[in-house]
Amino acid sequence: MDSETNNSRLPRRTVLQWFAAAAAAGEASALQGFAQSAAPATTGYGTDPNMAKIYNPGDVWPLTFSKAEKNAAVALADVILPADDLGPAASTVRVPDYLDEWISAPYPKQQKDREAVLPGLKWIDEESNSRFQKSFADLSLTEQQTICDDLCREKQPDPEWRKAAAFFHSFSTICIGAYFGTPEGWKAIGYVGNTPSGIFTGPPQEVLDELGLEQTVKD
Amino acid sequence: MPTISISEAREEYDVAIVGSGAGGGQMAYTLTLAGIKCVMLEAGRSYDPVKETPMFQTKNQAPLGGSSTPDKDFGFWDATIDGGWDVPNEPYTQASDKKEEQFKWWRARMMGGRTNHWGRISLRNGPYDFKPKSRDGLGFDWPISYRDVEDYYTKVEQLIGVYGSNEGMENTPDSPAGVLQPPPKGRVGDLMTQKAGSKVGVPVVPIHRAVLTRPLDADTIPAKLHPKNKKAQKIVADSMRKRAACFWATDCGRGCSIGANYQSTTVHLPPALATGNLDIIPNAHAREVTMGENGKAKGVLFIDKTTGKEERVNAKAVVLAASSGETVRILLNSKSKQFADGLANRSGLVGKYIMDTVGSNLRGQIPALENVSPHNDDGAGGSHFYSPWWLYGEQKAGKMDFARGYHIEIGGTRKMPGGNSPVPGNYLKGLYGTKLKEEARRYYGSFIGLACRGEMIPNENSYADLDPEVKDKWGIPVMRWHWKWSDHELNMATHAQKTFTEMIEAMGGTVQGKPNMRGKDTILQGGEIIHEVGGALMGDDREKSVCNEWNQTWDVDNLFLCDASPFASNADKNPTLTIMALAWRCADHIIEEAGKGNL
Repeated sequence: MDSETNNSRLPRRTVLQWFAAAAAAGEASALQGFAQSAAPATTGYGTDPNMAKIYNPGDVWPLTFSKAEKNAAVALADVILPADDLGPAASTVRVPDYLDEWISAPYPKQQKDREAVLPGLKWIDEESNSRFQKSFADLSLTEQQTICDDLCREKQPDPEWRKAAAFFHSFSTICIGAYFGTPEGWKAIGYVGNTPSGIFTGPPQEVLDELGLEQTVKD
Repeated sequence: MPTISISEAREEYDVAIVGSGAGGGQMAYTLTLAGIKCVMLEAGRSYDPVKETPMFQTKNQAPLGGSSTPDKDFGFWDATIDGGWDVPNEPYTQASDKKEEQFKWWRARMMGGRTNHWGRISLRNGPYDFKPKSRDGLGFDWPISYRDVEDYYTKVEQLIGVYGSNEGMENTPDSPAGVLQPPPKGRVGDLMTQKAGSKVGVPVVPIHRAVLTRPLDADTIPAKLHPKNKKAQKIVADSMRKRAACFWATDCGRGCSIGANYQSTTVHLPPALATGNLDIIPNAHAREVTMGENGKAKGVLFIDKTTGKEERVNAKAVVLAASSGETVRILLNSKSKQFADGLANRSGLVGKYIMDTVGSNLRGQIPALENVSPHNDDGAGGSHFYSPWWLYGEQKAGKMDFARGYHIEIGGTRKMPGGNSPVPGNYLKGLYGTKLKEEARRYYGSFIGLACRGEMIPNENSYADLDPEVKDKWGIPVMRWHWKWSDHELNMATHAQKTFTEMIEAMGGTVQGKPNMRGKDTILQGGEIIHEVGGALMGDDREKSVCNEWNQTWDVDNLFLCDASPFASNADKNPTLTIMALAWRCADHIIEEAGKGNL
């Protein structure tokens, strides 16, 4: 449904408001130091949320990312899911906002991810600084990829790197869930559907041929 | 959905019905169309599926990509509101701290109950399923046979609309010609599983589901359902005309705003309300059935959740259709001089022999399905194919180490992605960039899930009673669960894992993780399949059962139980269609008795 899809794109004004909010939150959290990864004192959307509504990150619980965290999240998400022939970059389909919503949620699963993601974003900036004297977002793509390659190594003997690699996996999994949930992501992964139709004809003949299958439900 | 508050209720109704789901909905439908004045109590709020169903919302339009949370156990867009494994203010307890001896209790608190989110799988019990003890000596026979229920299955199928095919398979009844709607085409996962099944001897055929693949025939069906009742025919025809056929998108678990699938709120309640004979009171948490001096039920005492006050409705007969667990809770809490151990409990069997369905799942990754050309695989928003139980002969010949059957449900994975990763994490681990996207595209849709849904035999160790200490927010004692699988269920789960492994390998695939060959490790927890049945068994001996063949309690003749609590067995066939068929049959009995002046 095109109209609904369009609704999911944020007006520019809202995006700017978010950045302002994130910046304000950043000042506060800088004072808190490590305490920032503590659980936010909010409740969830409850057992009877309004389902006749389209939601944007920040609608149901406050977001967390400081400016620095947001910058690192945008840069890392775009290395993980870059613009290419299969689709746009993660940040252009709001993946970083979704990440922020995810790690700000008051539920156990998301709280656990929060414990990996917030220290992880801090770590990746520190690692970038110690290697290249710049924050992760300011690195060249090649420099960013160098760090990601190290994080993707199967064996991580060093405990600090093991933790960082676990962060990378959690971060990446959240990004994947976010990215492929967008219409652009559907196209990238090959999902076709959510479209009303008067008739369901089953898989097209060329797909059946591809798989050596025969439609057994006849007209 | 139009409702009333208690202050608007009549002094007395003919029938008070507790619960608005499959059983309560069917009961209200049949009774009100026959001119009987009913009041229905629903513990949750009113709900309008036309306005509230999230039909085309995508995952990225929900918090957390719509993934499940403790507030919405089946994801944000699931139809269930105010329900789940835990319901605020209404705890339940476990007698054991061992997980395998616990029962997970799913409850809905909304108009239409669990019918809002169910899988719509609508299978008839077969002749064996009503007489299991006669076949293998285990459990209980029902006091009725397939022949007693057959016509009611047909009527329910015509009313709600069920797609499927007649395959003539053992203990898997055909419907009369023209009753079923055409089955949908097989999807890639269905056809792949069917082909693999034929290699390993497992039949895979179209499933029966309560989804309209074409509009209901409103010109002819109402007269078949309600001969000699012109008013009922008109009301039902009008209601049928408001339901559209499936438009092949969106998951049925969200409910259906166009009424293409069955839920009580789009199929049963609208015509019942149109008769003018039904009042529905929402937010009414039933506490007990009230009794008259004459030994008859005279109404229901409930908490009005909007005020916290105790209120009463009065009626000449009471129907409990609150779900097995809730019906047991209400009966056990209805204590009086005549019934010190709970209402209709002279047999001592209220709460005993609660059953769920045996669940065990396995997923395979199928290389042939990698990089399949993108195509629309949404279909009817749920299952198209399944495997009915196929080894009755082997069981009869004593070749199996479990006595009853299971069916297999097939889960393709070309679904709308979002929220959780559309590909299991281990397939994408250590990847990023374009390579990650390519691999996601390659593996997306290449998994097939197979699920065992099997019969549990009632046993002495699986039951519910009242917790001696714990009370809910309103001071009502809560349910305490006791649970134990027998070897029949554990061995069945093992058999399912072996079968699924063979099927996945016959597709050229590999099992995800390791198939678990120990039943106790692979079986899902009691209650997890949300097929809680039993607790007030029907039988032909009042000493050994709670209800007679009319869902009527032996001890109180104007009290009827019309959810799954009277089930004497829990065939692998999903219980909803049988709940409705028996509720219709019970309603006809009440109408007949009312005609004789016996109400």
